[in-house]
Amino acid sequence: MKSTYDIDLQQVSFQYDQTVVLKNISLQVKQGDFLAILGPNGSGKSTLLKIILGLLKPTSGSVHLFGQKGRDFKQKEWIGYVSQKSNAFNSGFPATVYEVVASGLVKKTGLLKKLPKNSKNLVVDALTSVGMESFSKHSIGELSGGQQQRIFIARALVSKPKCLVLDEPTVGIDHQHVQSFYDMLAKLNREQNITLILVTHDVDTVSDRISHVACLNQTIHFHGFKQDFQQLSDEDRKAWYGHSVRKIH
Amino acid sequence: MIEAILNYQFLQNAFASGLIIGLIAPLLGVFIIVRRLSLIADALSHVTLAGIAGSLFLSQSVPFLALLNPLYIGIIAAVSGSVLVEKFRRLYKHYEELAIAIIMSAGIGFSAIFISLANGFSSDIFGYLFGSVSAVSRQDLFIVIVIAIIVVVFLLLFYKELFLLSFDEEYAKASGLPAKWVHLLFMIVTALVIAASMRIVGILLVSSLMTLPVAASMRLAKGFKQAIYLSVLFGEAAVIIGLVSAFYLDIAPGGTIVVTSIIILLIVLLVKKIWLSAVIKRERGSLV
Repeated sequence: MKSTYDIDLQQVSFQYDQTVVLKNISLQVKQGDFLAILGPNGSGKSTLLKIILGLLKPTSGSVHLFGQKGRDFKQKEWIGYVSQKSNAFNSGFPATVYEVVASGLVKKTGLLKKLPKNSKNLVVDALTSVGMESFSKHSIGELSGGQQQRIFIARALVSKPKCLVLDEPTVGIDHQHVQSFYDMLAKLNREQNITLILVTHDVDTVSDRISHVACLNQTIHFHGFKQDFQQLSDEDRKAWYGHSVRKIH
Repeated sequence: MIEAILNYQFLQNAFASGLIIGLIAPLLGVFIIVRRLSLIADALSHVTLAGIAGSLFLSQSVPFLALLNPLYIGIIAAVSGSVLVEKFRRLYKHYEELAIAIIMSAGIGFSAIFISLANGFSSDIFGYLFGSVSAVSRQDLFIVIVIAIIVVVFLLLFYKELFLLSFDEEYAKASGLPAKWVHLLFMIVTALVIAASMRIVGILLVSSLMTLPVAASMRLAKGFKQAIYLSVLFGEAAVIIGLVSAFYLDIAPGGTIVVTSIIILLIVLLVKKIWLSAVIKRERGSLV
């Protein structure tokens, strides 16, 4: 049966050499969800994102993206990706903000094809969505960490994705800018109905913007509405995380 | 000088090849530098030397091969070296720079053997090592033109893919870019440029023409395209000034081209420093 979810993982496991990283993960994300994936270090969060993005193949289980089998999925532009700022790029790279955002159009145009005629408008639209339209001629290296991360969101947005996957995007960003960063994500989710999958440690900061929570530590310990997550007992949380976790409000 | 160029074919060959190399070496060099592969150019140039030395040795021992342009064997050696570098980079995934050391040693080792077998250094080998104004034949020029066309077509077709791959490899792969193949093609084209450049700048100095103009441009450029334009401008300036001085001073053009590139780099660094201190002074002034 054709899946109606944006992302649909069934019984996905992943093993690296002899180490089991993910075990029997079943996770469904529907259009417009804002899902936060929480978990301790080494719980397999980044591996899970890489499987969704098609960068890693699961050892077993199935991945469906927008109703298509993961390996047959061709519309790469439907899923945008924003990685941790720290491993994203070399800050001395000579590139303008415009050039960086335009590079996201490769997904839309495909290999060896010219950029579309309206590419300039697409770049300006993407920059406007993240509030950085006046920075297009700046060099990417001269921006602050928070501003750079907005540019990487714009690069993901320029191909008009239906879903954005973000791997700890606020690592290395000043605390005061984290709030406005999440406000911007919530706005994209609300106004453009973009599905968001966010791996994060900022449980408290992000809590009033998300709709769903998934708790991961090799397996999924909880997946459901944020409200149900808030009802979990301390024991449940300890069982998942290994030690006590603050409740989110 | 202009009259000499009009009268002598060898000078026409040298200047035409020089101008073409001044374009393609820094053009590709920008991608090499931002991908942190500057030492690979060195490794490949030494493999090319092995090919050239091998060809010179064979031409001595097999009379029939004396007619073969050593550049062809040099090109084959360079391209094979580029494919092998990639193989070793994948084999030693966590120590990728080992691939450069392995290929470079192999290149120097084979070069030493072939040069010894060919009875030591000849003027031919000297020309290949440090470049030559007089040794560029019409056939060499045609090879340079063909390689230049390949480079320009490659960059026109793959510009946005190479930019993405250079800037953020993980994102490029997540975008569905066949990173492995694009990279392999890039390495092969780099090998071709190295083989094409060695007649003018020489094998030992070819990587300098790919890196020094780019090093200067990166201090000034805000964007990637700007870095490309400035690199080509500095590359061409170095080739023209270097060739003219080599002609008048009767010395190897490789040396004069590289030294000119270094002077350009130093001027750029100095100008940038003066400009930056002027900006800081102005900002301090406006704060008072």
